[in-house]
Amino acid sequence: MRILISNLSQQPIYEQIVQQIRTMILQGELQEGAPLPSIRNLAKDLQISVITTKRAYEELEREGLIVTIASKGSFVAAQNKELLKERKLRIIEEKLIEVVKESRLLGLKEEEVQTMLEILFREVL
Amino acid sequence: MEKILEINNLNKSFQDFALKDISFSLEPGYIMGFIGPNGAGKSTTIKLIMNLLKKDSGEIKIFGKDHVRYEKEIKEDIGFVYDQNHFYDNLSITDMTKILAPFYKKWDQARYLHYIEQFELPKHRLIKEFSKGMVMKYSLAVALSHQARFIIMDEPTAGLDPIIRSELLDILYEIIQDETASILFSTHITKDLDKIADYITFINRGNMVFSRPKDEILESYRVVKGDKNILTGAIRKKLIGLKEHGVGFEAMLATKDWDNSLQERVLIEPPNLEDIMIYTVREDRQNKIDS
Repeated sequence: MRILISNLSQQPIYEQIVQQIRTMILQGELQEGAPLPSIRNLAKDLQISVITTKRAYEELEREGLIVTIASKGSFVAAQNKELLKERKLRIIEEKLIEVVKESRLLGLKEEEVQTMLEILFREVL
Repeated sequence: MEKILEINNLNKSFQDFALKDISFSLEPGYIMGFIGPNGAGKSTTIKLIMNLLKKDSGEIKIFGKDHVRYEKEIKEDIGFVYDQNHFYDNLSITDMTKILAPFYKKWDQARYLHYIEQFELPKHRLIKEFSKGMVMKYSLAVALSHQARFIIMDEPTAGLDPIIRSELLDILYEIIQDETASILFSTHITKDLDKIADYITFINRGNMVFSRPKDEILESYRVVKGDKNILTGAIRKKLIGLKEHGVGFEAMLATKDWDNSLQERVLIEPPNLEDIMIYTVREDRQNKIDS
């Protein structure tokens, strides 16, 4: 498991943690039942406050990605793969709706946006 | 869970200084930074907690017990680390520890030796030959060896180099791992706290400014910089600790007071604790002059 925190990022630290753990779970790098470091241990490793790691874990719990068992620790939750995929699709859809709205504001044509997307698919790693 | 520390409406007056209605509390397993400029009352508060000074009024409970009535019992579980060397200079730590250890019922010699080893402290050199960092580490080793649940540190990092300060932070993380001990860390060098502190209690001129989770505080404010010509009366009122200079202004703004008219007209930066302390104290001084 690997988490890298940037102190220069505009993104709050707890969000950086949530995002990285979420990605590892969704991409299957962290399997169901895998133990996560304790909040105090993670705080120590990343040299950040306990409250920050606690908040990150609470957010992951809310998203149903991890479960915390008292005095045992936190683990990757059992995932309903279909549900998970659906949830991710909805997030992408919401972002695309934003893109469509912004494009209309600028008077961009559908083809122009499509061309942009094609280029991005090739260029973004 | 039982609180490690609970202070309610603490008051203490001196001829030229008064600590007024200080209240805050600390739960087990967390690190609290206690900040304020020099002379804000940090050390006075700590002396009151330790009952080295007698309070005028208010309540202080440690581990849920009154700090005066149960003083002896409570102090068994407190580790007090402060700026000055309060050991006998002409002894080695081995001899010093022989004097100190019998005061504590829960003294754990094996643990003590473990920390002396870990902190790389020379057992037989005289304490007067120690650097400041070594004395501080020795104080911590003593505190940890009687299994203190509450570590109070008064300006522990003042005068220490960055390497030792970073080592100290690692030790502090170690202390809170098992969720039973807490640390109160007073300092005016807030840089150490930007990372490690869970809660920040900020006092200024003897008054409470706030006692809140650090992340919440950092999210509540932004530093803004811009051209002086945007400073209308309404905007001035919202700015905290405004400083105008030859080529612009800088100030702090509570995120709840954000004004959309400022969008794209100011540079916005997230603050650190030092910014929050400086702008707040400056605002307070400006108000004092105005009134």
